[in-house]
Amino acid sequence: MREVDRRSKIDRRKFLTTAAAAPAAVVAVTTGLSVDGAWADNAQALKPETMKTLARVARDVYPHDHLADQYYIAAVIPWDAKAASDPQVKALIEQGVALLNELALARYKSPYAAVAWEEQRVALLREIEQTEFFGKVRGDLLVSLYNNHDVWPKFGYEGSSAEHGGYINRGFNDIDWLS
Amino acid sequence: MAKFDLNDDGFVVIVGSGAGGGTLGNELAQKGIKVVVLEAGARNEIQDFVNDEWNSFTRLAWKDMRTTSGSWQVARDFPNLPAWIVKSVGGSTVHWAGASLRFEEHEFKIKTAYGDIAGANLLDWPITLAEMEPWYAKAEFKMGTTRTNGIPGLPGNNNFKVMEAGARKLGYKQVHTGRMSINSQPRDGRGSCQQIGFCFQGCKSGAKWSTLYTEIPKGEATGNLEVRPNSIAVRIEHDAAGKVNGVVYIDGEGKTQKQKARVVAVAGNSLESPRLLLNSHSSMFPDGLANSSGQVGRNYMRHMTGSVYAVFEKPVHMYRGTTMAGIIMDEARHDPKRGFAGGYEMETLSLGLPFMVAFLNPGAWGRSFTTAIDGYANMAGMWLVGEDLPQETNRVTLDPVVKDTNGMPVASVHYDDHANDAAMRNHAYRQGAAVYEAVGAIRTFPTPPYPSTHNLGTNRMSEKPRDGVVNKYGQTHDIKNLFVSDGSQFTTSAACNPTLTIVTLAIRQADHIAGAMQKGEI
Repeated sequence: MREVDRRSKIDRRKFLTTAAAAPAAVVAVTTGLSVDGAWADNAQALKPETMKTLARVARDVYPHDHLADQYYIAAVIPWDAKAASDPQVKALIEQGVALLNELALARYKSPYAAVAWEEQRVALLREIEQTEFFGKVRGDLLVSLYNNHDVWPKFGYEGSSAEHGGYINRGFNDIDWLS
Repeated sequence: MAKFDLNDDGFVVIVGSGAGGGTLGNELAQKGIKVVVLEAGARNEIQDFVNDEWNSFTRLAWKDMRTTSGSWQVARDFPNLPAWIVKSVGGSTVHWAGASLRFEEHEFKIKTAYGDIAGANLLDWPITLAEMEPWYAKAEFKMGTTRTNGIPGLPGNNNFKVMEAGARKLGYKQVHTGRMSINSQPRDGRGSCQQIGFCFQGCKSGAKWSTLYTEIPKGEATGNLEVRPNSIAVRIEHDAAGKVNGVVYIDGEGKTQKQKARVVAVAGNSLESPRLLLNSHSSMFPDGLANSSGQVGRNYMRHMTGSVYAVFEKPVHMYRGTTMAGIIMDEARHDPKRGFAGGYEMETLSLGLPFMVAFLNPGAWGRSFTTAIDGYANMAGMWLVGEDLPQETNRVTLDPVVKDTNGMPVASVHYDDHANDAAMRNHAYRQGAAVYEAVGAIRTFPTPPYPSTHNLGTNRMSEKPRDGVVNKYGQTHDIKNLFVSDGSQFTTSAACNPTLTIVTLAIRQADHIAGAMQKGEI
């Protein structure tokens, strides 16, 4: 069977073009920094700690161990611009993260992002599952995380096929393990 | 292409350009009758289609506000998106899968075949399979349906091969790559299927039959058919004698227009068609047009549906190739020993990654969900589609509060699953999982219904005027020059995909309308 290459490919030209035009936060994403890095420091509307907490929440909601932090960071970065243009969004996010930290401090004496085990953080998320904050963040991630074309190959999904002539000569019926 | 005058009252005006409206328009145009088709959506052609689920959805889907209620899970998961249908020239033939099956004989008379079922509003169709057969044959020839007219079946893709192998191990006999209105060889000026996938996003090769690039351009070539895109019908008007005489619509520039008409045919799919009739209420018809029975909007059906996805040890790549070219028909029979009336089909289905995460288990998160998605490349999938029973209280009404951008009340869709639907779904989930487990599935997922693609029954056909809205030709019982031409005519849903029957009824209706016009009856 024809398989899909799931390795990350860094397109140097695309990276340089992006880096020249994009705000610092986006540049940080393309360089592959982790959740704990300085990528959030240039956030305009939300606190850097809030951005980092969002990225941690994103991985805890949809954990894929084969996806690097950069994809989760890319998925939550647009919240900063949305918060900048809409005070209600800003309040929703800041208050949601504050509530999560409050629950984390009460139970684990640590802010959410620093709670050690995923199970512990997930238990906190279950407590706020019915809030508007959680619903909005989770619903947004379904698109902002999974509709990122760069993550598709990592799930073995090939995306658009018409421009490649479809699959008629590219493995539509190449399954080889059925007995 | 013809451009017709708004004040000419000699035309048939059709609302909607999909399987019903697009087919009716071309059939009438071929007979020399002048037709104006009002289409709410834009004219997106093949070159405008994209192999990208969300992007395509944004361009093609009917996203205008609707509201929902009832016990069906769609009301919880997608409260403002009860239906996944298309707002674009060609209607839902742009995104349909291509499955083209005839009803079984008993499916035209289930009140007789099943007897009375508590809570259901069963009724026999006023037509039989024998009467429909010659018209079905015309539709299959028009659409180039595989496994009819000597047209070979499509080749099976990986997703089909997995389903087929499991089905054989379970002892199922009626298993093949379907009767599909997708060219398996060049035909009718269109090429053969390139196994692109993305059948739901508009066929980039044109191998799949769609009114967009078959019926509509053929009708336009006669000089008798004009399609007006971006034209949203808001009201059908009538004269003092109670005959309809025109359709008021909002054009692409937001201006209100009225197209005069000799005959009006409504084909806006089963949510919009009853909405338009209800919104056309007048002092003469205070409950809406053609509604003396009170049945307009009632008996809404959306098929018993669900999906089963399964993860295997090794890759499947189910998204490669024709989405729905694969079927198990053994469970489509009526066999009450299974604990429910009617039957269901099992058909191959795949979603791309973006839609899979949205639909596999709406609202789910955490590792149970993400480990399933991690198995995406190793997944196979099938859709379950079966007969649901008409219930009078399952209905489309005008929302008392919510209005669209033109100030018209939006459609509110209420649906409760009947116990028969729930029993059938559970049976189908078990059998679907068994098919995949027979060939080594590691995990199976009983996936809940998507927003409805098959919307049926809200202007149903009946022998007697008190039981339904239209007669056996789709002509309304109350107003002889007003017709219904889409799936809302369906008296009952049958198990199979509805498009072939919608096209068949439209061809037959065109013959009736032309005859009645010639005789001066309408």
